[in-house]
Amino acid sequence: MPGSDSTAHKSKSRRPKYSQFSQQELPAFKLILTPGYVISTFIVVGLIFVPIGLISLFASETVVEIVDRYDNECIPKDFRDNRVEFIKNKQTNKSCTRTFTVPKQMKSPIFIYYQLENFYQNHRRYVKSRSDKQLQSKKNAAHIRECKPMGETDNKDPIIPCGLIAWSLFNDTYGFSVKGKDLKVNKRDIAWGSDKNYKFGADVFPKNFQVGDVGGKSLNSSIPLSEQEDLIVWMRTAALSTFRKLYGKIEDDLQANDVITVVIENNYNTYDFKGTKSLVLSTTSWIGGKNDFLGVTFITIGGICLFLAITFILLYVIKPRPLGDPSYLSWNRNSTPTPGR
Amino acid sequence: MKRYIYINDDETSQDLYCANRLSNRKYTLMNFLPKNLWEQFSRFMNQYFLLIACLQLWSLITPVNPASTWGPLIFIFAVSATKEAWDDYNRYLSDKKANEKEVWVVKQGIKKLIQSQDIRVGNIVWLRENDEVPCDLVLIGTSDPQGVCYVETAALDGETDLKTRLIPAACMGMDFELLHKIKGVIECPGPDKDIRRFDGNLRLLPPFIDNDVCPLTIKNTILQSCYLRNTEWACGVAVYTGNETKLGMTRGIPEPKLTAVDAMIDKLTGAIFVFQIVVVIVLGTAGNVWKDTEARKQWYVLYPQEFPWYELLVIPLRFELLCSIMIPISIKVSLDLVKSLYAKFIDWDYEMIDPETDTPSHATNTAISEDLAQVEYILTDKTGTLTENRMIFRRCCIGGIFYGNETGDALKDVGLLNAITSGSPDVIRFLTVMAVCNTVIPAKSKAGAILYKAQSQDEEALVHAAAQLHMVLVNKNASILEIKFNGSVLQYEILETLEFTSDRKRMSVVVKDCHSGNISLLSKGADEAILPYAHAGQQTRTFVEAVEQYSQLGLRTLCLAWREVEEDEYQEWSLMFKEASSTLIDREWRIAEVCQRLEHDLKVLGVTAIEDRLQDGVPETIETLRKAGINFWMLTGDKQNTAIQIALSCNFISPEPKGQLLSIDGKTEDEVCRSLERVLLTMRITTSEPKDVAFVVDGWALEIALKHYRKAFTELAILSRTAICCRVTPSQKAQLVELLKSCDYRTLAIGDGGNDVRMIQKADIGVGISGREGLQAARAADYSIGKFRFLKRLILVHGRYSYNRTAFLSQYSFYKSLLICFIQIL
Repeated sequence: MPGSDSTAHKSKSRRPKYSQFSQQELPAFKLILTPGYVISTFIVVGLIFVPIGLISLFASETVVEIVDRYDNECIPKDFRDNRVEFIKNKQTNKSCTRTFTVPKQMKSPIFIYYQLENFYQNHRRYVKSRSDKQLQSKKNAAHIRECKPMGETDNKDPIIPCGLIAWSLFNDTYGFSVKGKDLKVNKRDIAWGSDKNYKFGADVFPKNFQVGDVGGKSLNSSIPLSEQEDLIVWMRTAALSTFRKLYGKIEDDLQANDVITVVIENNYNTYDFKGTKSLVLSTTSWIGGKNDFLGVTFITIGGICLFLAITFILLYVIKPRPLGDPSYLSWNRNSTPTPGR
Repeated sequence: MKRYIYINDDETSQDLYCANRLSNRKYTLMNFLPKNLWEQFSRFMNQYFLLIACLQLWSLITPVNPASTWGPLIFIFAVSATKEAWDDYNRYLSDKKANEKEVWVVKQGIKKLIQSQDIRVGNIVWLRENDEVPCDLVLIGTSDPQGVCYVETAALDGETDLKTRLIPAACMGMDFELLHKIKGVIECPGPDKDIRRFDGNLRLLPPFIDNDVCPLTIKNTILQSCYLRNTEWACGVAVYTGNETKLGMTRGIPEPKLTAVDAMIDKLTGAIFVFQIVVVIVLGTAGNVWKDTEARKQWYVLYPQEFPWYELLVIPLRFELLCSIMIPISIKVSLDLVKSLYAKFIDWDYEMIDPETDTPSHATNTAISEDLAQVEYILTDKTGTLTENRMIFRRCCIGGIFYGNETGDALKDVGLLNAITSGSPDVIRFLTVMAVCNTVIPAKSKAGAILYKAQSQDEEALVHAAAQLHMVLVNKNASILEIKFNGSVLQYEILETLEFTSDRKRMSVVVKDCHSGNISLLSKGADEAILPYAHAGQQTRTFVEAVEQYSQLGLRTLCLAWREVEEDEYQEWSLMFKEASSTLIDREWRIAEVCQRLEHDLKVLGVTAIEDRLQDGVPETIETLRKAGINFWMLTGDKQNTAIQIALSCNFISPEPKGQLLSIDGKTEDEVCRSLERVLLTMRITTSEPKDVAFVVDGWALEIALKHYRKAFTELAILSRTAICCRVTPSQKAQLVELLKSCDYRTLAIGDGGNDVRMIQKADIGVGISGREGLQAARAADYSIGKFRFLKRLILVHGRYSYNRTAFLSQYSFYKSLLICFIQIL
């Protein structure tokens, strides 16, 4: 542009610098949901999800799981109307024997869980009542501020481990035998490695625990907390009111139709709040324990997608409509079309 | 409240008025924190968040770490406080710079260099060329022997042309010595913000000359922040100082405009708040009930047997805290942030840069971009907005003879050129009026060419045309005016200038021919302001026809007239005029009345027709915006015919078969009422037909309609998509905006001149065209653009983008908060 040199020179300061951003010209892409895209997306999703669901369901089916609810059965007949008294009475004999047969062969390791229902480990008062500092290191023994109302004994001595969670430790025990032969229950390595190594100190020993008001299990005060795996498992609080916690592992295979005898020490009080207790034996597969939910969900979603895809295809074939027709817009639909428009 | 200012009297005025210390600061170091916090907490949202944050400090009930609310709260407060502090610091710096600037001031009769902040009312301030004026001064001396000085008022009103300022008659001819010792009293009103008015009186005390009262007008003042130009030196008396100057009084924070989206967000916030309370009450009660029935049985929780009195409140309050994030804390800050980005996008847009002046568009108000997309009514000015405001003299009618009708350009009309060479007296008179009766200032450029500096485009066009017709305005030296005609130099002394006002619609000068000594009155003005005052014997029919014909072509017309004035008559009138100009109350009205006494029995010379071309792309822009469902109203001060012509040529209204133009007129209430009802009836019938119906109304009928038939007129306003209002005053423009706003329409006003400022400020969105009529409108506006056609892009691109983005952002904010909140509750 001849002649514009002088003005261009002068105007440099007024004219903002060019960039794609400042001119809102950055390349952009926005997918328009045409029938083609929508249908193919649904088909692809459906075709991927249904097989995944089937595989998960199949894997879940291979898991052998035995669930035995014992909280009712383990109350002697005389006490059936007065369970709370039974469980609270220190004098009563709490042992009870349960038997069940193995439906299918169970390969080791077989995991033993106890399952509680209607037990709110996530209650605000409960879940806060612990002192991670105290659990971690010996020098923090006096760190009991968070543990209220189970921080110290009546003599103002700090409880180790303090807090409601530790205090209410699950204290039923199980002994297994098959055909009169005891099964060995391995209770090592049932807690998270990180909990054992970092969160629970090797130099912290239980002290003043379960003195006075006794809640749950007592701990051997000569074993450090990092070795008390039952406690560690218990202190990883469950998010829901129905939960399973690992009790131990059986490292022998069980054959189909084996009859397992379990001797249960039924100590834990779930009768106060109408909770239930169950014993669970389960093998695992690559998707974990027995869980049909995942597979069913995948199959359902995949099925819905395929169904929608088919519906849309039918709609598209039976009653197609042009894409981007403005006469479908709400403000055009109501008014009668005027000639010449 | 009047003030009496004693010139150069160091004792009396010392402490009566504030010193010339500028302060634009909102805060001081001491009150920053409390004041800023107070301001922030006067917002409901912030109060709410503070309450939540305080509740969180109570560890019994807090479900989350208090830092999760305090953190963002403090951060957001810190961000806005820092911004405020930064702005205030910059204001402080610029104040300081202005306050510590050194100026020459007379103290005890000696000229001294003092800091600008030490100037007191009554001090005499000396300025040199290109100095900035430190406070409002009344001129008392300049380097010019005629007592004229030139100032640039760009910082005050945005107009870039030079203005002349005169020293009052009483101070004429004083020399240096005298100016140092001058004593006197200036009587003037208290500080106000009207930069176009200053009604004062000056009385010099003996021993100085006479003790006559000398009127002072805005012409005798130089106001703060102007620059002295083309004048070696000037001195004046400080009358208003510090924050009491005209500029200081005009400053002020305009009321923030609230967009539709903002209002919606406020409503939503309220609704969510109510919902939140409901959730809290329901869940809180449920929680309490559950606790009393179930939780007591849970031995492992160890509930205590006795509770403090507030136990019942604990669970609801916990839920309240959990729900508190339902209302997004960040929405205000994020919206402010993105809104300033929208404004930047407008500033940056290459397609909205005026190619002629290379002026980019500018968004002054960064908060209302999304409202651009919601505009339902556009009220536009005509001159300078739809048209280019580049006036070109096209045709004229002198003494009944039409020139320029064939060629379309009177400057090339052979008949006119012949008439000039042959020296036809009427034609010569006509040209003289064109060249003399104006306020144009000729200035010689370095190359020797004459440049005309005019405030009015029409005057400039007339003077240019006269110059091309050999009647060249060469020089204007105070009251002596030099004209070169065909080689000979004519000199006129300007005795009085009867200025143009929008009420009078005409201006006149009283001049004395230096050669013959004859006094004559030269007038020009709108036809209805001139033709009724023609002397009894003159037939004005041809002129009426000419005006009619020209305005049908969309040309702007002016009538020129003159008459001789006897010496006695002039002297007598002059006294009255002087008296009127020195009144302090109702001066404008008094002057108009006195002017009327001279402006009669005029000999009408002819009619000029000036063309004002349409801007590029105006019809397309209007058509596109109309397709987008936006209604247009044109508000103009111009004549009905001209307005209709322009409206036709820019697609504003459609010609007959397709469109229909209804007019509301009448001089009396009854007539207006009847025509209004008729139009309303037609409107109601035709709404169902695909026909463009518009109505025209003139200022007079509008006045009556607004006053007595407001309801009917409002209904009409709702029915009609197009309207033309001609001959309307600035305040009527603003009234119309109010009217549409009261019907809950989003209005956008666009204009370019000072007469549009009020309408621009009143409208939801004001757009100013940074055109040739100064920058007044652009300054008052929320957006300033270079050309009318950029409006299309502004509304349809920037408005739409902004609206979409704001909608997305606020929806996203609420969605996000609700989602997080529900997760927490579950």
